[in-house]
Amino acid sequence: MSKKTSGVNRNFFHFQRKYLAFPYAVFLILFVIIPILIIVFYAFTAEEIRPDGSIVTVFPRVESFVNFFSNWSKINVLFVSIFIALQTTLLCLLIGYPLAYFLADKKVNKNAVLVTLFVAPMWINFVLRTGATRDLLTWMNINGGNAPYLATLIGMVQNYLPFVILPLYTTMLKLDKSQIEAAADLGANPVQVFFKSILPQSVPGIVSACTMTFMPTMSSYVISDTLSEGKITLFGNYINLEFSNKAWNDGSFMALIMLAIIGISMLLTSNTGEKEESRGAGLW
Amino acid sequence: MAKENCIISLQGVRKVFGNTAVVEDFNLDITKGEFVTFLGPSGCGKTTTLRMIAGFETPTEGKILLNGEDITKIPPYKRPINTVFQRYALFPHLDVYDNVAFGLKLKKIPYEKTDKNGNKITKLRHLTNEEIDKKVAKALKVVDLDELENRDISTLSGGQQQRVAIARAIVNEPEILLLDEPLGALDLKMRKEMQLELKEMHRKLGITFIYVTHDQEEALTMSDTIVIMKNGEIQQVGTPIDIYNEPVNAYVADFIGESNIYNATMVGKKQVRFLNHAFDCVDDFPLNEKVDVVVRPEDVILTKVNAESKEDLCGRIDTKIFKGVHYEYVIMVGKNEVTVQDTKERNIGDIVKIEIEPENIQIMKKEVTANIYTDAWINNKNQVMISEFPFEADVTQILPGSQIDEEGYLVGKDGKKYDLNDADVIAEVGLNDLGISDIEDEKCLSGVIVDTVYKGDHYQVMVRTEQDEEFIFETAYTWNVNDIVWITIPKEKIKLTLKGDIKKYVKED
Amino acid sequence: MVKKIFGQIYIWLILLLMYLPVLVLIAFSFTEATNVGEWSGFTFDLYPALFQDDAIMRALGNTILVAFISALVATLLGTLGAVGTFYSKKRTKKLIEGTTQISIVNAEIVIAFSLTVMFVFLGTYVFKDYIFSFWTLLIGHVVLALPFVYTSVKPKLQQMDPSMYEAALDLGAKPSTALTKVVLPEILPGILSGFLLSITLSLDDFIITAFTRGSGLLSGAGKIETLSTLVQAKIKKGPIPVEMRALTTIIFLLVVTGVIVISIYRNKKENAAKVRKGRVNA
Repeated sequence: MSKKTSGVNRNFFHFQRKYLAFPYAVFLILFVIIPILIIVFYAFTAEEIRPDGSIVTVFPRVESFVNFFSNWSKINVLFVSIFIALQTTLLCLLIGYPLAYFLADKKVNKNAVLVTLFVAPMWINFVLRTGATRDLLTWMNINGGNAPYLATLIGMVQNYLPFVILPLYTTMLKLDKSQIEAAADLGANPVQVFFKSILPQSVPGIVSACTMTFMPTMSSYVISDTLSEGKITLFGNYINLEFSNKAWNDGSFMALIMLAIIGISMLLTSNTGEKEESRGAGLW
Repeated sequence: MAKENCIISLQGVRKVFGNTAVVEDFNLDITKGEFVTFLGPSGCGKTTTLRMIAGFETPTEGKILLNGEDITKIPPYKRPINTVFQRYALFPHLDVYDNVAFGLKLKKIPYEKTDKNGNKITKLRHLTNEEIDKKVAKALKVVDLDELENRDISTLSGGQQQRVAIARAIVNEPEILLLDEPLGALDLKMRKEMQLELKEMHRKLGITFIYVTHDQEEALTMSDTIVIMKNGEIQQVGTPIDIYNEPVNAYVADFIGESNIYNATMVGKKQVRFLNHAFDCVDDFPLNEKVDVVVRPEDVILTKVNAESKEDLCGRIDTKIFKGVHYEYVIMVGKNEVTVQDTKERNIGDIVKIEIEPENIQIMKKEVTANIYTDAWINNKNQVMISEFPFEADVTQILPGSQIDEEGYLVGKDGKKYDLNDADVIAEVGLNDLGISDIEDEKCLSGVIVDTVYKGDHYQVMVRTEQDEEFIFETAYTWNVNDIVWITIPKEKIKLTLKGDIKKYVKED
Repeated sequence: MVKKIFGQIYIWLILLLMYLPVLVLIAFSFTEATNVGEWSGFTFDLYPALFQDDAIMRALGNTILVAFISALVATLLGTLGAVGTFYSKKRTKKLIEGTTQISIVNAEIVIAFSLTVMFVFLGTYVFKDYIFSFWTLLIGHVVLALPFVYTSVKPKLQQMDPSMYEAALDLGAKPSTALTKVVLPEILPGILSGFLLSITLSLDDFIITAFTRGSGLLSGAGKIETLSTLVQAKIKKGPIPVEMRALTTIIFLLVVTGVIVISIYRNKKENAAKVRKGRVNA
């Protein structure tokens, strides 16, 4: 009965509209979902050489798992990557937060173009930008030879600062001014006003700023490669290495670990309203 | 089936969304040129019905005929019907002219042409720019916007946007114009103006208007025919005057205009009893029939109390509001309220005599499905008082998940305490849930049987108590009129509904 | 007052630091010394040299071609996807939205690596051939941009009065006409910003390009070289090639022009809005 009515219910002209999503959905399945499934498959697969010399792929195998967790340098790289990513995120927030606050404050800045200027470096090629930073730092004698860590960190902050400024600026614009004034009116000193009113209100911006910095820092290898002259290896470098070596199984397992970290951070941040959409929305 | 001159006919239309039926068994014929209004509260299915006529929704069951042809499954763009939407739905990227011309530019009209062989053939062509210009100009003139055709939609006021929406619809010369609460977004003054203008437009254009609103005054002012709906069903179809003067049931009476509505009983030939008083009336209903009575506030006559006559119905003025032309008084007669409109100024606390002309008492048949006592209340022992007699009842049903503590307070799930002493409730007892006995019992309420009606396989028996409260029960046995009986009601059979918000009764610690 | 001065100093200081590497590179685009920091006399020679450098010009051409084609494909697919999903049932909507979210938060290297593994898999077991080419690169760039197009278009659909589409049908438009004449103009700003965002992402991309590219486009039989991969190959071995400093100047000027154009456009829009408000009140 219910099936029959739903058939009659369906509106003829609604039909065509929803089918517009078909190519999009197919594309997502083919090039987002299936690749992820394939790396899951590859992560638990190993190649075996038969006695007759032919190579066969066997599933399920835990070689990649063992390779990763028995290799102390790989685990070390994972922790170093997380550490650098945390440091970069924190530094970007420390620099970006007051900056966004001043940019959004009408008393300090009346010019919305300034914000565009802060985002504009994203339009200069990323690799070129990284090279420019390296050349400047080399001139200033901060190079991969004498300070690989510092150079990498400077490069990271330089590159990811715009990603932090944009979401923070958007939340700052939406700050409830009357709430801040009310706090001051009720006798809170500026420090208290900041911690009791401004900071809690800007949490969504901070969260989205963090997600936009943390993961890319971990996965990008161009900055660390270039600025530390190969002395600092991040997780991204390792995956790239497996790519160059065509070690698909080990690489897949590491990509899977990245995915897991992404999943965890998504779960941690999913309950703060601000979505990733602000990443693109504010740019234009 | 469809009557003469009928332009659109809805036959057995039903619409189900998910598991809920929003329109049920809808049958209506609308005459060419009529101004029909669907009136009802939000969620009554009036907009869904309109959307089915427009073609945005397909009925789950039933047929819609336009000029006798089935259009149930014809898409909206093929129907000669246009809609004025609630929030106008104007196209913001087009200016006034292009909005109005939108439909015309898509339209194709047939024309005759002679082909190579000399045969006359009919082909379709688009309208020419001149034709469109002319029609747009005419439509804009009808809505008084002829100066604004190049303006952007966003620069128009709400009233102007409203007019563009109307022009956009009527320019296509539809056979039926649908209006979905078109005046809802306007302020009161604009709304009154637009009501008159719409009515005038309807007269000039001569096409059928189907209008949806929840505003009863709007419906009364504008319509030829009003269709009153409730929970997806038609309650009454009629002219504004019919519906105002002769509502078919209490719901319609309550919805249209202000009214006093009472439970009443026929107590004699053309005599009805309510407010503890017998009134003469003009409707003839069977003796002892339970009925609803409607009295309009302007039909209640107030006079000075005549000290000698004890038969008169008197009441005390409780509130008084000045309404410009008249005063509105609420008069308490016992526990009942009577709303009265009167031009004479009186004082709060005055005792007045109440009279109602027989022809102003509108009596409506009521199907008795249960004994409903609207003036019951709860005493300090958590018993419900019906006819001034305490019945044991389960008061925890008022608040789901609650219980009674040892002190007799109602305790909710959240731990809040409520003191229900003196709380007004509506008590409902099914016709089969009364226990009747002819053995005297001092612990029971007694009454006299005043009526028994044979209903095919059982009797419906009415008992009247000393307080003039009536209890109706159904039984397979015969009872004799004038017998005295004693009434019991099982505790779990009394259904209680609190009048007003439970928050009123929160006990502060 | 103190806050204002401090704030402005802070803003301009950070701005200077952010642009410093690029500005230094621009300054040294007028000298031919190999390393930044050495000055061997003022000259414009690097600019004509840039345009005579075939490798750079080819890479530039490839970059622009890939950016435009991938942005077009992503915008078309993403817009259709957003519109279709908007009118879909709740469950379909949730599924598509979830997948879109995944590809937004996914790390570039995971996208790149997983696509590569899939292409290798397909090449080995299905096509029995090496399949890396312009097409795999294109797919990579579309995957990168697609969710952003979707999220640019979606809010425009949500802001649209839902009766607008019905109004068009009511006035005699077929569903296809209603979509193109009423829905499309309404969501056009979202589509445009999605397109521009796609171009930006593609121009800037290195990782996905490095992983998924094959032969084709202006590189002919060789691996497709874009600006990113070319620069990366060079800076691995030494400082940025001197001609690229000139290229940096040109890109910088284009960006500055872009910023100016955007701010003029914004001002115009704001002014127009003010005029409108005035009219409504009058």
